[in-house]
Amino acid sequence: MGRLFAVEIVYRGIFQKTLAKNISRAIVLAAQREGKPGISFGRYGDSPERNGIPAKSFAIVATDDLTLEEGMAQYEPKQVDVTISVDDTLCKGVESWAWYGLQPINRLLKPNGVLIVTSLEGPESLIKMMHRKEHPYRLAILKGTRSFSGLWVYKDDHTDVRILGAMAKLLPELFSLMSLQETIRSEWHDEVKAISAQRAFERATTTTVQPTQGNPETPYSFEFPKWTEMREGIAIPSIARGHQMKDPKTGEMGGFQPERNPTFKKYTTRTMRPVVDFSTCIKCTLCWLQCPDSCFDVTPDGLYDANMQACCGCGVCEAVCPVEKCVTMVSETQFSDNASQWEQWKKDPDGYKQWLESTIASRPERSHGFRFRGQYEQQVPEMLEIAQRE
Amino acid sequence: MAEEHVASPAVEASPAVAATTTGAAAPAKHVQPAAEETSLITGSEAIAVACKLADVDVITAYPIRPYDTVMQYVAKLVSNGEMDCEYIVAESEHSQFEIVKHASAVGARVFCGSSGVGWMHAFEALTVTPALRIPMVTMVGNRALDDPGAFGVEHNDALAVRDLGWQLVWVDNAQEALDTALIAYRVAEDRRIFLPCAISCDGAFLTHSQALVKIPSQAKVNAFLPRYNRGDLLLHPDNPITVAPQANEDWLMEIRRQGAAAMERSPSVIREAYAEFEKIFGRRYGNPFFEEYMTDDADVVLVGMGTLSTPVKVCIRQMRQEGKKVGFVRVRWFRPFAAEELAASLGRFKSIGVIDRDFSLGSPYHSGVLTTEVRAAMYGLSKRVPVLGFICGLGGREVTLPDVRKMAEKVYLAADGKPQPPTQWIGLRE
Repeated sequence: MGRLFAVEIVYRGIFQKTLAKNISRAIVLAAQREGKPGISFGRYGDSPERNGIPAKSFAIVATDDLTLEEGMAQYEPKQVDVTISVDDTLCKGVESWAWYGLQPINRLLKPNGVLIVTSLEGPESLIKMMHRKEHPYRLAILKGTRSFSGLWVYKDDHTDVRILGAMAKLLPELFSLMSLQETIRSEWHDEVKAISAQRAFERATTTTVQPTQGNPETPYSFEFPKWTEMREGIAIPSIARGHQMKDPKTGEMGGFQPERNPTFKKYTTRTMRPVVDFSTCIKCTLCWLQCPDSCFDVTPDGLYDANMQACCGCGVCEAVCPVEKCVTMVSETQFSDNASQWEQWKKDPDGYKQWLESTIASRPERSHGFRFRGQYEQQVPEMLEIAQRE
Repeated sequence: MAEEHVASPAVEASPAVAATTTGAAAPAKHVQPAAEETSLITGSEAIAVACKLADVDVITAYPIRPYDTVMQYVAKLVSNGEMDCEYIVAESEHSQFEIVKHASAVGARVFCGSSGVGWMHAFEALTVTPALRIPMVTMVGNRALDDPGAFGVEHNDALAVRDLGWQLVWVDNAQEALDTALIAYRVAEDRRIFLPCAISCDGAFLTHSQALVKIPSQAKVNAFLPRYNRGDLLLHPDNPITVAPQANEDWLMEIRRQGAAAMERSPSVIREAYAEFEKIFGRRYGNPFFEEYMTDDADVVLVGMGTLSTPVKVCIRQMRQEGKKVGFVRVRWFRPFAAEELAASLGRFKSIGVIDRDFSLGSPYHSGVLTTEVRAAMYGLSKRVPVLGFICGLGGREVTLPDVRKMAEKVYLAADGKPQPPTQWIGLRE
C-alpha cells in the first residue's frame, strides 16, 4: 500500500462553503499534477446551507489508485494529516448537524499533524480555546479575519491560496509550491493569487502544542439509543417550559428562563455574541421579541440576559436595539466561558461596566451579516493588507 | 375443508350480478341474530357504513372515481344526522391525507381514501404516515393509473405503497368490505401495530354494484372495537412531544426497524382480530390471510386478489363437472404477506397460476406484482412447483369465464411437464 493523505477543512456553513470547496478542490488538483490521484468532497450530513453551522470538506489524496480506494472506503477519514480551520472560533470545538456532541477541533489530527487556523489571535489565545490532545501536534496561524461570504457571492480575498501556500510548506509530500502555483494559474488565471500563495509559503511557521496544553474539559458526548429504546413514531419528548430566575444578590425570584435543549448547546455555533449594558437598557423588549432562538432570559428585575446555551450569534438583537452601545456583538474569541452577564453585573456593577467597555473596545469587525452593497469590495483590500503586514 | 370455513357472501351476493340474479333469492346459509338488518348497498357504501359504526372522528374527501362513492355516502350520513364527524373536503388528495394524518396524531379516529392517480398525488403524505405510526384506515377504490381517462380497476395504485409500512388488504364483496373495515381499525389502532391500513376495493365490480349486506348492531361494534388510544404518542399539551423532528442517518435505520417490528407483529394481531370478530359477529372468515376455494383435492390452483374471484369460482365449478380438479386461492392480506403459510399451502399442488390485475414492467420474468411475491415466497420449498404468471383484466377489462378456463388449462399443461412461458397475457387482442 502506498501513502494516503487526508486533509479536512472545518468551516462555517453557508458563509464559507465556497471557500472550503475551493481549498479541497485545489489540494486534489495540485496533487494530481504530481501523479497522485485524489477525491474532494463535502460532508453530506452537515447541512452547510444553514448560517454559521460548523461543517467539513475533505480532500483525500494517495500515491496510487488502490490506496485512494482504501482511503475512501469509509464515510470520512478517521485521521488526518492536516486540519484547516477557516474560522478561529471553531477552535472551541465543532458541533455539526452530522453528529451529536462536541468534537474538539484537533480530534482527527495524527501525531505531529498540522492544524492551520486563520486568525488575528496569537498561539496562546488559540491554544487556550482548543481541547487537549493525547499527542503533540503543530499549530500554524495564518493571519487574517475570518473570510465570510455567501452561497452566491464569494469574497475573493486570497484566503484560499494563502492556506494552500502554507500547506505546500508544511506538508511538502502532498504537493509542491510549484504544482500549487500551476494549479492556481490554470484554475483562477490570476498571477497575483500565485504570488499570495508563495508569500504564505515563505512565511508559514508552526508552534508545537503539547499534551499538557489546552482546554482540559472533557467535551460533551452523546450516546445513541438502540432502536428498542427509542420512542416510536419519530416522536421525542419536548423541552419543558421553563421557570423563574433567582437574583444572585437579593435572592428575589421572578422573570422567566425557558428550558433549553440538553443535547444541543449552541456554544460552538457562534462566531460572535451580544454583550449587554444593563445600566442603559430601557426594557423595550425588542431583543427578546426579535431573537430567532429565544435566547433571552427575562430577569426578576425585568432585564434581558442573552443565554449562551441558546444564542447562535446572529446579531439581530444588536440590530434592533434602539440604545447606542447597549447591545454590542463581540468576537467569540474574546470569551473563555458561557456565564450569565446579568449575574456578573448584579454581583459587581462597576467591575462589569469596566469589563464591558474594554471588551467592546477591542471588538473586531462583525463576522457576518450583509449590510451594504460593496461591502465585500471594501473588505477584500483590508484582508490583503493584513496579509501584507504578516 | 377450507371452503366450508369461509363465510360465503361472495356466493350469496356477488358483485355486478348479485342484485339481479342471486341477491334477492340468497339462501340464509348463516343464521344471524335478529338485531342485524340487511341493506342493499355498494361496496363503497359498506365502507361508509363501517365508518359510521366505527364512530370515525375526522374524514377528508376529494372526489375521484370510484372512491368518490364513499365520500358521497358519508356526506349523506352526516347530513341526515346519522353520523357525527368532522367532514372536510380538501383541495387535493395530498391535503386530504395530510389532514387525517395530523388529526390522527392528536387522537382522532380517521378515515380517508382515494383511487388511481389521486392516491398517487397523495404519495408524499402516504410515505410518512407509517413512519409516524399513524393508524389511518383508508379505502382505495382500485383504478388504472390514468392512461387518459381510464377508470377501470387495476391494482397498481394500492400496490405502489407496498414497501412503505402500509397494511394492504383486498376484499371481494360488500359484506367483506364492511367487516374488513372494522377489522382494519382494530388492527391498525392496536398499540402493538400503529400502522396504516388500506382496504382495496375493485373499481366498478365492488364499488358500484349493490349487494345485500348485513349491518351489524352498534352494540356489537362497540364491543369489538376499543377506543383509539394514542398513549405516549398523543400530540397534546399535556403530553409535550415533538413529532417528526429532522431525522438524519443517525436515526433512520432505527426508525425503519421499529416499523419493521410492528409489521412483523401484525399477522398475530390480525389473527386475533378475526377470531374476536367471529366471536362477536358470528361471521367466520377462516384463514384471514387467504381464502381457499375447492383446494382440498385440487391438482392445480389459480391465485388472485379481489373480485375476479367470481368468474374464477364459477369456472372452477364448471371444470370440476368435467372432472378437472382446479382450486382457487384468493389472497386477502398482501401486507403483511403470509409467505410461509401461503407457500406451505401452494406447495401441495402440481402447478399454480397467479392472476395479476396489475403490471410490473421489467420485473423478474416480466410478471405481475403478485406473481413475483408468490414466487419469492415459494423459493424455500424443497419441492419446486411451477408458477405461471398471468396478466389479466387490466384497466377494468372483464375477466371472462373462457379467460379463466384458458389459464387453468395452461396451469394443467405445466403440471403435466409441458413447459410454459413464465408470463402470459390473457384476454389481450392478438
